[in-house]
Amino acid sequence: MKPKVAFFDFTSCEGCQLDALNLDGEEVIALISAVDIVNFREVKTKREDNYDIAFIEGSISRESEIPRLQKIRSQAKVLIALGACACIGGINCLKNHLPMEEALRIVYGKDAKYYDTIPARPINAVVPVDYYVRGCPPVTAELLKVVKALLLGKKPDIPNYPVCVECKMAGNICVFERGMTCLGPVARAGCSAICVTSGRRCWGCRGLVDDPNIDSEKDILKKYGLTVEQVVEKFKIYNTYAEVTK
Amino acid sequence: MKQVNINVHQVTRIEGHGNIVLNAKDGKIEELRWEIPESPRFFEAMLRGRYYDDVPYITSRICGICSIAHSTASIQATEAAFGIQLSEQTLLLRKLLFDAELIESHILHPLFLVAPDFLGVDSVFSLVETHKDIVVMALRLKKLGYNLAELLAGRKTHPLSCVVGGFAKLPDLGELEAIRKRLEDALVDLDTVVALFKTLSIPDFTRETEYIALKDPKEYAFISGEIASSDAGITPLDKYLEVTNEFCVPHSTAKYTKNKRDSYMVGALARFNLNHDQLLPRAKKAAGELGLRAPCHNPFMITVVQVAEAVHAVEDSLNLIDQILSKGVKEENNRVKVRAGRGVGAVEAPRGILFHDYTYDKNGILTNANCIIPTNQNHNNIQKDMEALVPLILSRPEDEIRQTLEMLVRAYDPCISCSTHLLKVSFK
Repeated sequence: MKPKVAFFDFTSCEGCQLDALNLDGEEVIALISAVDIVNFREVKTKREDNYDIAFIEGSISRESEIPRLQKIRSQAKVLIALGACACIGGINCLKNHLPMEEALRIVYGKDAKYYDTIPARPINAVVPVDYYVRGCPPVTAELLKVVKALLLGKKPDIPNYPVCVECKMAGNICVFERGMTCLGPVARAGCSAICVTSGRRCWGCRGLVDDPNIDSEKDILKKYGLTVEQVVEKFKIYNTYAEVTK
Repeated sequence: MKQVNINVHQVTRIEGHGNIVLNAKDGKIEELRWEIPESPRFFEAMLRGRYYDDVPYITSRICGICSIAHSTASIQATEAAFGIQLSEQTLLLRKLLFDAELIESHILHPLFLVAPDFLGVDSVFSLVETHKDIVVMALRLKKLGYNLAELLAGRKTHPLSCVVGGFAKLPDLGELEAIRKRLEDALVDLDTVVALFKTLSIPDFTRETEYIALKDPKEYAFISGEIASSDAGITPLDKYLEVTNEFCVPHSTAKYTKNKRDSYMVGALARFNLNHDQLLPRAKKAAGELGLRAPCHNPFMITVVQVAEAVHAVEDSLNLIDQILSKGVKEENNRVKVRAGRGVGAVEAPRGILFHDYTYDKNGILTNANCIIPTNQNHNNIQKDMEALVPLILSRPEDEIRQTLEMLVRAYDPCISCSTHLLKVSFK
């Protein structure tokens, strides 16, 4: 029996699911010969409520999403958080800096009464999560690696060291040398430092490493004449949830 | 005594969440609604107080399918606010990046999301068994769009190198030359797609409406020009609110819009109706073969226009690459001088005209933002189409009515995550 796989989305841009389809013909054929995709609303009409592995994209930002997620958790043998919104709350949590009534009033004005919203949170704030496929968006190769590991009954090997390690390997000039702040020293790797390689900085979309060396980041900031506030502004973009709960 | 009770909770094979409700008795419609229950995301709260440099990075996350369109509109709104003039090199690269997304999106929608309806299967996964060659080709074309964007902006979903004022990293010319060959091959693949779409029997339904799209005298507009309406002529970008006229409805977390009539349409068919003369030669030929003739009032033909536009985007990419290769690329000074002010950016996202409108303070911190999304502008038109379509098909079996209504929604290629990511704000 092929394992049954389902994809579900909550509050998100659906980019993670879209990137999951960024495969070659051969990869798709290999994938569907190994698993049965039984529930994937974005690309598939028939839906089955009997599945083994559930991928969850998006964060939780409405009351009504909580029971829906709990129901998925009770059905799935393995639950995987897919992407930054699901893994760490991500960009949706930026709204948590405002009181919800205020956020509603700003967007919908006098019609605010129609809408339901709660502070955004990652999936593991509501149900236990078995695996994390991080990133905004995740790297398709890593997603495939996790699926393969699951099929083989192994634990996927996901990096727990800072982006700086991969950035050095990519041969990039350090972002701090270019006079900008960067979260590379404390952010979790696995992305090959794609943002810095593409001429930008690291925003920490995969969350922080388990034991971030905050003092070292502060030393770097000091060395380059940058302030903690400047880096916190960047940190908030993905990691507001971690910041508020710590 | 025939009763029809249709309640499609979360229409599939579309981006985001939308429901269809139809209740009818004895040929009389009692309830008919296109509902948008998507979770709103409050991008204004995310943008408030952000430095300009992070703004396109954040707004790209409005939508995973058209993140390049959002980035570009966002970048152009900021550039308008700061009064930045672009170099020719930046314009060429930006147009090419835009084409990359269009190619990907216009393959994804017709072949992955719509074609299963016509080929009698429930998803592209089932097509692997029945139409393997088509699926492999579709994935090849989709990946080409992805790789072209990757080459220019680091990746397609949530692009990186495109920034306010230019590009943070320039593409490798050797790689551009290599991808040029794949684009040429893609024209042959697209002939196959055109041939496939010629054989599909598109539902015959027409309802004339107002069409709105960008218009540029120089070219089939995607990232330049002014707002054109089939009813009202040209409106400058900074007067876009006079065209969109947003309003809230209780059954939708997305806002609705209207202009001269009850509703208007944006997207591929609106562009075709307003700008068809400017399609590039091969795309024009494809449009002819596909039976497209402007003005076309059949919303089911939106998908067919997308196929012709995919051809246009590949042709345009080849032309742009030739220009870039002949001129070469050089590092430019992209230093941005911030200033207080307001700017409007508009682009034709794959699904239609998209507006970003920002106000910045003198330090380049965003103080006010408004975004009007293509799908938002189409919701009302979808509702009006349903109201015109249902009486014509009400005597058919319930399953057929349901499928026809789902196909109507799908034809619009709605991008609902986008449409509830409203940004109407005024910070006090």
